Amino acid sequence: MAGAKNHDYHILPPDIWPLFGSFAAFLMAIGGVRWMHDLAFGALIFYVGCAAIGLTFVSWWGKVIKEAHAGDHTPVVQLHMRYGMILFIASEVMFFVGWFWAWFDFSLFPQPLEVVDGVVTNYIGQDGAAALLQWPPKGVEVLNAFELPLLNTMILLCSGTTLTWAHHSLIHGDRKSMITGLWLTIILGVLFSSIQAYEYSVAPFPFAGLNYSSAFYMATGFHGFHVLVGTIFLIVCLVRAYKGHFTPQQHFGFEAAAWYWHFVDVVWLFLFIVVYVWGGWGAPVH
Amino acid sequence: MTTITADGHIDDHAHDADHKPAFFQRWFMSTNHKDIGTLYLIFAIVAGIIGGAISGLMRLELAEPGIQYLQAWASISNGSEASLDQAYHLWNVLITAHGLIMVFFMVMPAMIGGFGNWFVPLMIGAPDMAFPRMNNVSFWLLVPALLLLLGSSFVPGGTGNGAGTGWTVYAPLSTSGSIGPAVDMAILSLHLAGASSILGAINFITTIFNMRAPGMTLHKMPLFVWSVLVTAFLLLLSLPVLAAAITMLLTDRNFGTTFYDAAGGGDPVLYQHLFWFFGHPEVYIMILPGFGMISHIISTFSRKPIFGYLGMAYAMVAIGVVGFVVWAHHMFTTSMSVNVKMYFTAATMVIAVPTGIKIFSWIATMWGGSMTFKTPMIWALGFIFMFTIGGVTGVVLANGGIDDNLHDTYYVVAHFHYVLSLGAVFSIFAGFYYWFPKMSGRMYSELLGQLHFWIFFIGVNILFFPQHFLGQQGMPRRYADYPEQFAYWNQISSIGYAVMLVGVLIFFVNIAYAFVAGRRVEGNYWGEGATTLEWTLSSPPPFHQFETLPQIK
Repeated sequence: MAGAKNHDYHILPPDIWPLFGSFAAFLMAIGGVRWMHDLAFGALIFYVGCAAIGLTFVSWWGKVIKEAHAGDHTPVVQLHMRYGMILFIASEVMFFVGWFWAWFDFSLFPQPLEVVDGVVTNYIGQDGAAALLQWPPKGVEVLNAFELPLLNTMILLCSGTTLTWAHHSLIHGDRKSMITGLWLTIILGVLFSSIQAYEYSVAPFPFAGLNYSSAFYMATGFHGFHVLVGTIFLIVCLVRAYKGHFTPQQHFGFEAAAWYWHFVDVVWLFLFIVVYVWGGWGAPVH
Repeated sequence: MTTITADGHIDDHAHDADHKPAFFQRWFMSTNHKDIGTLYLIFAIVAGIIGGAISGLMRLELAEPGIQYLQAWASISNGSEASLDQAYHLWNVLITAHGLIMVFFMVMPAMIGGFGNWFVPLMIGAPDMAFPRMNNVSFWLLVPALLLLLGSSFVPGGTGNGAGTGWTVYAPLSTSGSIGPAVDMAILSLHLAGASSILGAINFITTIFNMRAPGMTLHKMPLFVWSVLVTAFLLLLSLPVLAAAITMLLTDRNFGTTFYDAAGGGDPVLYQHLFWFFGHPEVYIMILPGFGMISHIISTFSRKPIFGYLGMAYAMVAIGVVGFVVWAHHMFTTSMSVNVKMYFTAATMVIAVPTGIKIFSWIATMWGGSMTFKTPMIWALGFIFMFTIGGVTGVVLANGGIDDNLHDTYYVVAHFHYVLSLGAVFSIFAGFYYWFPKMSGRMYSELLGQLHFWIFFIGVNILFFPQHFLGQQGMPRRYADYPEQFAYWNQISSIGYAVMLVGVLIFFVNIAYAFVAGRRVEGNYWGEGATTLEWTLSSPPPFHQFETLPQIK
């Protein structure tokens, strides 16, 4: 057995980035805590930690790309990465389950709330509380689901088709169409994020102090964060497409980005139905 | 130095099967599953010493009614004279740190990170894990996580320094009840530990599904590997829900959301649901790998294959699946409706069926076997005995009606220490004695191993059995002080701690003995009962094993 590797698995040399990345996460956590409590250098340490984590991602995945080009990604190693990505997405799904759980808790078992001029009062145990058991809480104006949120739904669905177009072009060796498809997908993603940012800026309810707005902003906000991550992932794919990294036979980086994008798309569909349409039903529209 | 040859294979010195990298590269930049497993085990031992010392402080304080030492300790921690309230807060910090350290930084790293990393690849005939570099970040994320938790003890957390929320971090104590950065540090510690475990789970699932040796079907896979597979799925699907729950804590604390604040329509019980949707799978995460190890040890020292192999494997799958739909039995006293209580009572009772299958299959494996009572075997027998006691009190507590009386009493403390401290920890010691010579190449002292077992066994039973009585008498958990009527069994319990401590010291003497004077062992030092693939390798195995994959018939 000595000396000769006689299998297709990928045995790696020692690597500094796991240690570096963990230290970066430590900095980010310490900086975050200090910042939240207005202690000295909080924001600075937080941003240094974030930058160090970014550096870790770039260097780590840069190495993965180099290893792919060196031929280390045998069919079984590619299979590993498929499993890894699917399992990662499964864990992400469970993360969103937590936020939907909060939303359903508040909407199916409403509290007797009333919002008057931005002041929230909970009338639980008082006269007239039963009349206030409604969702969204009385006095909350919601965003019209069938204006910009519906447009955003169309944009994301459309981006799914342009991405599939890019994928099919890649499989058929048509690099030009793949690049066009990727560009369109990225533009649609940026458009979605811009519209979402605009919606937040004009939303008739504030972030703090109310269960409706807490669950709304955190659920859609974490989705928005995932859209940004997915867009960056697609931009990396675009750069790699220009560099000619992908072949019809081997392009897992592209596939992972596509899976992630579709996952983000599906989460939005649930958000659109549960939060915007069903969750805002019957409330006055802004 | 790494060079890439024309045919694309990395050609580096590590490729000689037993060539090891230099010290810093080997231990701080590792991509080797056995070295990372060793790091995990060392980490777990260090965390276990800290967590165990904290419980020693608690048993010292609880040995007599009244406050003896707590105020003095709080004064040391404060740097100035501490009030009684600050002393009580220190108590909350101690119970919180003990729980979190033992769960996230002792049991999980030892079982999954340590033994899982070491023996899953060996048992399936794989040269390493599927993602060797990610494996290392799973380990190293635990270090900042532990530092954050320990560091939180020195910053304000409400009444005094440190996070005094209990390991469950229930709102509103953890939100409006704990002003100051300590609880934020504890929350972020859990985020990092959770990320570490999710990455580890992805690694284990991928490794087990894709890297089994040719011919090893899922139904030929060793039971320890089955146990880690089920555990990894529980981690993957439950931890993100905890991440969401504690992120809501973080935003409630710092950014004005009201997920758990009734004033804004929030629901503190929502936190309990989210926490226990993670927390109940978590308790199976802590015991399932132990089930796997015990199966191997019972089989080895009975010189018989495990009885009912498939039943054993699918019993673990069943425990994992049903474990996701019983969470609210931790919340029977949150004024849930009778129908919901009945469902969660019934569903919880169902878990006793696959667990019973395992207990009886272990007994059936020993039945008619050619048994030898070496150190790992007596730990395994101790495990079965005491896990069964913990399981039986679990069936008692599963009843929603009975739990109304016993909830948050010492009966619960006794129950979960019987399944964890005496179940999970006994299985860790069993696995450690079973595999230590495989990992180190040296045999420990059988005499000291047996002595460790008997003193520890007697100690923990004196420590925890009286807590059933205290609970039935109505003593609540998480209190620093108690009325005179509870003094007798509390004193006995504290004496039990001292006995157990002697056992632990013998354990460390035994490890030192093994490294200094232990005899070197051959590949399969347990003989014909040990049949899995790790026994076909030398002890310790070469730095890179199975460079030619083994064939399974």
